[in-house]
Amino acid sequence: MGEPTTRMNGSEALIKALELEGVEVIFGLPGGCILPVYDPIIDSPIRHVLVRHEQGAGHMAEGYAHATGRPGVAMVTSGPGSTNIVTPLCDAFLDSIPMVVITGQVPVAAIGTDAFQECDTIGITRSVTKHNELVTSAQDIPMAVRQAFLLATTGRPGPVLLDIPKDIVDPQNANSAMDWYWPTDAEVVASMPGYKPTTKGHPRKIKEAAELITQSTRPVLYVGGGILKARAADALRELAELVEIPVVTTLMARGAFPDDHDLCLGMPGMHGNYTAVTAMQESDLLIALGSRFDDRVTGKVPDFAPYAKIIHVDIDPAELGKVRKPDVPIVGDARLVIEELVRVLKASGAPENQPDRSEWRQTLSGWQEKFPLSYEQSEPGELLKPQYVLEQLRDLSPENTIVASGVGQHQMWTAQYWTFRHPYTWINSGGLGTMGFSVPAAIGAKVGMPDRTVWAVDGDGCFQMTAQEMVTAATERIPVKIAILNNAYLGMVRQWQEMFYDERYSEVYLSPDLPDYVKWAEAMGCVGFRVESPEEVGPTIEKANAINDRPVVVEFRTDSSEKVFPMVPPGSSNSAIVVGPGEGEGGR
Amino acid sequence: MISNPAAKPVKHHLLSVLVENKAGVLARVASLFARRGYNIYSLAVAPTDDERLSRITIVADAESAPLEQVVKQLHKLINVIKISELDPLDSVEQELMLCTVNADAASRSQIVELAGIYDARIVDVGHSDVTISAADLPARLDDLEDLLRPYGIVMVQRTGRVALPKLDRAPTR
Repeated sequence: MGEPTTRMNGSEALIKALELEGVEVIFGLPGGCILPVYDPIIDSPIRHVLVRHEQGAGHMAEGYAHATGRPGVAMVTSGPGSTNIVTPLCDAFLDSIPMVVITGQVPVAAIGTDAFQECDTIGITRSVTKHNELVTSAQDIPMAVRQAFLLATTGRPGPVLLDIPKDIVDPQNANSAMDWYWPTDAEVVASMPGYKPTTKGHPRKIKEAAELITQSTRPVLYVGGGILKARAADALRELAELVEIPVVTTLMARGAFPDDHDLCLGMPGMHGNYTAVTAMQESDLLIALGSRFDDRVTGKVPDFAPYAKIIHVDIDPAELGKVRKPDVPIVGDARLVIEELVRVLKASGAPENQPDRSEWRQTLSGWQEKFPLSYEQSEPGELLKPQYVLEQLRDLSPENTIVASGVGQHQMWTAQYWTFRHPYTWINSGGLGTMGFSVPAAIGAKVGMPDRTVWAVDGDGCFQMTAQEMVTAATERIPVKIAILNNAYLGMVRQWQEMFYDERYSEVYLSPDLPDYVKWAEAMGCVGFRVESPEEVGPTIEKANAINDRPVVVEFRTDSSEKVFPMVPPGSSNSAIVVGPGEGEGGR
Repeated sequence: MISNPAAKPVKHHLLSVLVENKAGVLARVASLFARRGYNIYSLAVAPTDDERLSRITIVADAESAPLEQVVKQLHKLINVIKISELDPLDSVEQELMLCTVNADAASRSQIVELAGIYDARIVDVGHSDVTISAADLPARLDDLEDLLRPYGIVMVQRTGRVALPKLDRAPTR
């Protein structure tokens, strides 16, 4: 500021600001109020992906952010455009996804008059964003954009929304005139006096954590999505290997620690494996890193990990003590805290000073041997087992394949049966549980990581919610691959009705062949395959993997009676885990 | 409500929240309470000596444990700069009350006398009623309201509570 000024209009300033923030792609759909901003996009190096529904734009931005670590950007118009993107905002809020959403708004003078396509976007999205802002002057645009990206990407990441009235971006309107400027980092920070995320852990608390670790004979590293947000996978591995502590990776953290590592116990929670769930129950010390004691992980809270002391590391102070009171709370960035913890542990004599934990490790490996994930293969002539499909997909896909999922049984099977070896290879909707997430999220991931194979594993119910984005993928030449596990049901709901509602199936049947997924895929410009027998599974996956110029949809006809196990019945203690269909009160 | 000057309402918490003086900030603060089903008992907002900042004084109905979570969530609001929970014993509190009460020739002098006892002022006079203004501790205003009630209260408007921490009085503390 203070330099010779450049006159600009608000729409030019907005696009220029996005360029300077390093945005390479916007997922969006234009409409009346956001129209002026779409004009300078023509001349911008920023790629625009035209979606078919604004929800798709939001989930694409999320998928992009998941895969790349960079903030996803979506732009939509006012009114229905903004209400359609509320679900992705809430999804990104619960899963701490960095995302910036720009919504058009009616001109400042028309706000509050029930103008055409007006809605109170700020009011509607207040509780599902990290922050939102109605920008009322063109002059404020560069600062608002800088604030939005800083907020979205620092501290606990999350979605930020900027609501932009039409008059401040419309070159025909005098209100759009502004003098260009680009605030410095210091100016951006100074403009938000209430925003000071703590990144460095408190040294005394880190020392206490190291002491608890050194006293523990049955420790477990309970790692969550925060590890991935903090780019802390390498630091985590160093810590785990230094003190040889086993690791459970929550649904949001799959890939944060390699599944084929000796210390990896896999996923805990309602559909976690026996060893991961029970290790936490029997542990004397849970080291929670970027995890938030979600109800799907803890089961019945008073019975969760009853013998464990808790070290809880989180960038968000509000997470500490929200569910379980920690013995050692540490506010900070997971990577910085882990690195410091490793340093303190080493200085205190680790690994030599660590207690003998061979008995604990033997117990764990005993459980792993006794209670592996298992399912029964289908008999000839029967429908496919979804787990078999996933094993084939896993084994036949290239190393580093990114897999996205929707929400439901297929999501749990993917989280269970995929072998995650690398961070940022798993994209799903954990907190909000948004059906229909996978198709647009996979598209966003592929846009961000064009050289990687991206598979979406979807259910038939989920696919029908956002399938229209396959048109986007075909048009924009984004060759994602979709595996639909078609069991003709809303499978997870069916499972609950079978197990907890006396097999009274209410409104869960969808039909195996309506719609015809192959024809539908073809109509949307994709290649469509249908697989009904186990012999066809592998060859069809290989055919799909070989297609790189178009999106592919593969429909697998799967057994609707197959249920996700293990399962901790809802409301129960994790110690009541039901390992398989033949066992326990819940399994039949 | 029967007033008992000795007893503060037990579950009330007094929060003093320093925020940016911007549109929508109050709505953000209020919706955090609303989302968790906590009633805001009283509320006062005004700019501080620094025009860029406002201080919100909130009297909230809440158990102490969930309030801790609300305070932490409040801290996450970008426009919130500082939050202090004030202990009523360690703070000075004031509320303002305007009370219109029936005051005919027979009762007027008694009402004026009562106002005098409570350091209240008569700010408006009608043919058969008067409006009294009093700024005091909330419990004292409760008392005054109770004493005026037999005369026939026409209308009462009380403000939200404002509060500041008590000053340090070394060496007694």
